[in-house]
Amino acid sequence: MSTQANGITPKAVPVYKDTFSLTKFARRNGAQLGIFSVFIAMWAFFIVMAPDTFLKPQIYYAFMSTIPFFAMMAMPLTMIVIAGEMDLSFPSIMAMGMISFILIHDSTDSVALAFIGALATGMFIGWLNGVIVVKFGIPSLVATIGTQFFWRGAVLVIGQGKSGSLLYTKDSLLHPALVGKPYGNVPMQMIWLIVIAILAWVLLNRHKFGAHIYLIGDNVNSAKLMGVNTGRTRIMGFILVGLVSAFAGVVASLHVTYFWPSLGEGYLLRTLASVFLGGTSVFGGVGTIFGTFIGAFIIGAIEAATVAIGLTGFWTQLIYGLIIVLSVIMHTYLSKRVE
Amino acid sequence: MDHRLELRNVSKSFGEVKALQNVNFKLGNNEVVGLLGDNGAGKSTLIKIITGYYQPTSGEVYFNGQRVDHLNVPKARALGVETVYQERALAELQTLWRNIFLGRELSNPLGFLAVKKMKSETHRLMTQSMGFTSAAVTPESKVGSFSGGEKQGVAIVRALFFDAEIIVLDEPTMGLSLKETDKLLNFVRGIRAAGKSAVFIDHNVFHVYSVADRVVVIDRGQIAGEFSTKDISLDDLMEKMIRVAETGSLN
Ligand SMILES: Nc1ncnc2c1ncn2[C@@H]1O[C@H](COP(=O)(O)OP(=O)(O)OP(=O)(O)O)[C@@H](O)[C@H]1O
Ligand SMILES: [Mg+2]
Repeated sequence: MSTQANGITPKAVPVYKDTFSLTKFARRNGAQLGIFSVFIAMWAFFIVMAPDTFLKPQIYYAFMSTIPFFAMMAMPLTMIVIAGEMDLSFPSIMAMGMISFILIHDSTDSVALAFIGALATGMFIGWLNGVIVVKFGIPSLVATIGTQFFWRGAVLVIGQGKSGSLLYTKDSLLHPALVGKPYGNVPMQMIWLIVIAILAWVLLNRHKFGAHIYLIGDNVNSAKLMGVNTGRTRIMGFILVGLVSAFAGVVASLHVTYFWPSLGEGYLLRTLASVFLGGTSVFGGVGTIFGTFIGAFIIGAIEAATVAIGLTGFWTQLIYGLIIVLSVIMHTYLSKRVE
Repeated sequence: MDHRLELRNVSKSFGEVKALQNVNFKLGNNEVVGLLGDNGAGKSTLIKIITGYYQPTSGEVYFNGQRVDHLNVPKARALGVETVYQERALAELQTLWRNIFLGRELSNPLGFLAVKKMKSETHRLMTQSMGFTSAAVTPESKVGSFSGGEKQGVAIVRALFFDAEIIVLDEPTMGLSLKETDKLLNFVRGIRAAGKSAVFIDHNVFHVYSVADRVVVIDRGQIAGEFSTKDISLDDLMEKMIRVAETGSLN
């Protein structure tokens, strides 16, 4: 791999070293610093307004217990949005995975098989989403509105709308592995969220898959001209959303040891809000796992905080709306200035 | 001796539009072929068949005498074809180093990126070949902030990096300054000197004449004529181009 052949005279070039400077760091990570500042400012505000709640560890244990359910799904969703696609079907995938879980457990009496079956179901639905989008060229927003209804319908038809206890999982290894508390008050779902976030970061930033995700969202035509298999990459992205959604469905259900056929319905907007709050662009090509992670904790904290501050729960949505709109304006402004 | 590349009877239609009709095209070893033709003549379509971006509607593609079916971009790149596309094919929101290795990221067999290596190679290319001296431009700079000529430079250097056997340049001088154009024309001459081959498209007849061994004239999807630059003067070539434009034929 030399360019000398093409008539370029090689001369000694100093080895490239990416020197660290604060301004460079700030410029490159503008969006992430932006959302992190929002997070810190909000936190400080909560501490001032409700010191009794926010200076004690309990509230943080509560956050670590509930936020991971949707924060997990926000990770692969970030990838899909960076690729310029959308997936609205993940709440239904959560529930459909659990239907598989219950059916397989009923017939095999094996929690392990049930778990694997749930994950496989999620991957299959994700694959199907991808195929519908890629092979038929249907905009993913529309396609996944359709599949969202379809799979929710399937959950109701197959399960006959029934809910059910999952108490039997308490005797298995799966329960402590997914929702136990082996480390004091830190629940396993928080550990899983961190694992998923790290894996997502590595995939997105240190793997060809992620490079192609950014490229497709940035300029799909360039991606095709340079030989990227844009279809396969996007299908992989949808499969990941399916996989993690089914996983989150199992985690959320085992947490309450109960299955509700409406599982996932409350997560749609929170998950999406986390992604956009974190600075991922609806237009594709831009977004970070770190931003989404912070975004999820902002979304998750607002609900508890409004109540702790002494406002009624009615205020929650109003504040959600405010924070989301302001943050997106901030991201748009920052992205215009950054490099 | 087999040709490095050959198109036999290639046609390409986009619905009703017949962009190419029964085109026969050869590219020898160690040869630079210039493509000339009016806007919409079919030049870019022809090179996109070579790069595997378009599959021909009919006809065959041969590399080194071997017929290649179902050519696609990765296959063509593996066969040694690198391309500077007319539309540049950059990702403007991404960094320079990511653009240099677009679709051909250096990685281990599991697909994990060799980020450090790509950054330092990019730095080397920047300083050695692109002549980027501005301290503001680093491998981490976003390509969207570059000037038009700099963007074109990225697309060109990228094509040269991969030690290609066949370099395809579709209007590479578009947006370049005189100095940079000169450098580019020298690069193209260097391709031949290095024993490689190139297909060179430019609307400037003088550019094409000055680097090509052979000039192929395309008109409305068909080959209208072929000249060795040794056998024809620049003036004659210009005259013939005008005749093609006016009458659609060389005679
Ligand atoms: N993807 C496409 N779909 C439909 N028609 C196309 C497509 N690509 C090219 N064409 C048509 O095919 C013909 C040849 O186009 P092509 O881009 O090959 O011309 P060109 O010689 O490169 O022109 P220029 O010098 O303007 O770049 C034109 O009539 C063009 O409109
Ligand atoms: Mg063209």
